[in-house]
Amino acid sequence: MPTRLHYKPKRFNRVIEFQSVHKAYRVSGQAIPALQPTDLRIARGEVFGIIGHSGAGKSTLLRLINRLEEPSGGRIQVDGIDATALDADGLRRFRQRVGMIFQHFNLLSSKTVADNVGLPLKLAGQLSRGEIDRRVAELLARVGLQEHAGKYPAQLSGGQKQRVGIARALATRPQILLCDEATSALDPQTTAQVLQLLAEINRELGLTIVLITHEMDVIRRVCDRVAVMDAGSIVELGPVAEVFLHPRHATTKRFVLESEHVDEREQHDDFAHVAGRILRLTFQGEATYAPLLGSVARETGVDYSILAGRIDRIKDTPYGQLTLALTGGDIDAAIARFEGADVHLEVLR
Amino acid sequence: METLLPNVDWPEIWQASLDTLNMLGGSLLFTVLLGLPLGVLLFLTGPRQMFEQKALYGVVSLLVNVLRSVPFVILLILMIPLTVLVTGTSLGVAGAIPPLVVGATPFFARLVETALREVDRGIIEATQAMGASTRQIVVNALLPEALPGIVAAITVTAITLVSYTAMSGLIGGGGLGDLAVRYGYQRYQPDVMLVTVVLLLVLVQILQSTGDKLVVHFSRK
Repeated sequence: MPTRLHYKPKRFNRVIEFQSVHKAYRVSGQAIPALQPTDLRIARGEVFGIIGHSGAGKSTLLRLINRLEEPSGGRIQVDGIDATALDADGLRRFRQRVGMIFQHFNLLSSKTVADNVGLPLKLAGQLSRGEIDRRVAELLARVGLQEHAGKYPAQLSGGQKQRVGIARALATRPQILLCDEATSALDPQTTAQVLQLLAEINRELGLTIVLITHEMDVIRRVCDRVAVMDAGSIVELGPVAEVFLHPRHATTKRFVLESEHVDEREQHDDFAHVAGRILRLTFQGEATYAPLLGSVARETGVDYSILAGRIDRIKDTPYGQLTLALTGGDIDAAIARFEGADVHLEVLR
Repeated sequence: METLLPNVDWPEIWQASLDTLNMLGGSLLFTVLLGLPLGVLLFLTGPRQMFEQKALYGVVSLLVNVLRSVPFVILLILMIPLTVLVTGTSLGVAGAIPPLVVGATPFFARLVETALREVDRGIIEATQAMGASTRQIVVNALLPEALPGIVAAITVTAITLVSYTAMSGLIGGGGLGDLAVRYGYQRYQPDVMLVTVVLLLVLVQILQSTGDKLVVHFSRK
């Protein structure tokens, strides 16, 4: 099969690699650590999310990738280049290959939408005026803003401004897109649209996206993998479904609870009057759709009532989480049966 | 007219007006040409900016402050030897321009520095992230974004220069201010004083309203 010759194994290709990178700020002679020594590998073509509360170090980590922040130590490899060893000229050319979008869009208010999008190309100085115009038209069509080319940013809505930001970030055909809280200033509906656009770009262009956010929902919708940050360190890292369905670190657990608007203690109090054993089952992937509850109930003679539950998706992975009360029949056999099945089981009481 | 303003010599008023406009135009041009780069230098080397240079900023900043704290009347006299060196005379329009420029440039540079500081840091960061050099950041992002502020700074400087030109009458600089001092004050001819003051007022009004219109024109926010 000759087409196989063009196939490149993308999955294991590291596009960003941190080797014991750390960063401390000097504030009146004292070193304030912002990022503890960190190792990190981000694969080509993945959407990698970093979640943390403000001050957790996520913004520092993101800005180290294109060296808007200078590391205090360690090595950063980006796309085979040692970003920490670049001189001023090399750094400028390197940055043209890494796009970035921002929470407050950071568009130039004095330039039209088209001139904003064309600015990175003008700065790079490799294309003629006509070529830039063509590329800008193409980019504006990509983000659905053709009719707004001649407007100024102040005449656009927040969502439109971020689309301009995205078009501008893609102008130089970068391999990597860095997103700094890109949806935090937008309303929920606009957030969903912008995230959908990012997911499309990731799929169609094979672009690696690194995004930081303090919203679980953003991670859940678009990310393949997530790193949870707390006090300048990555405390948990893995596929999004894994990390959020089975959180281990306290910070991760807090994010999960916050996003579900559930106070766990309160919930347990609600179940105080419920008879029988209480279990929580977590289904993931195809198991979500398997008729497990009914068959276990038939085989072991237990009755179950559903106390709480949700069935949803994390990016493309369906998952379900059910809290059950079991009464009657052979409860131990039922628990053993659940343990043997393709679900994650927690016995709450 | 003859009875209301008996001492007013209209051709002389006309000549003085032209002198004032020439002094203003010439000094404003050189003030902007020198003050704009100086303002950019102050901004870039200032605290927590791209090219923070404590020593350089300190020296330039001190020089600017020294020049700004010398009363303009004193500066006019102190500058005479240097003016003669540059223009060959210390009198007339040509003699007035060097002290005007030296007096107004530090003032304008500070206003430019302030206007540049008003530019959102995020915009500078975004331009840096595109791989822009410092020169490119200044030319393509900082100056266009600060343009309304810079135009406002030019307006304020122009109006300050109008009052400076009036003072330069003291060292024989010519213009409306000179006329006001020589006829209005020294010969006590209140009608001449009135006419020159009204003309200066009209000039200031025109400068301010033109400046305001330009600021609105360049503002896209």
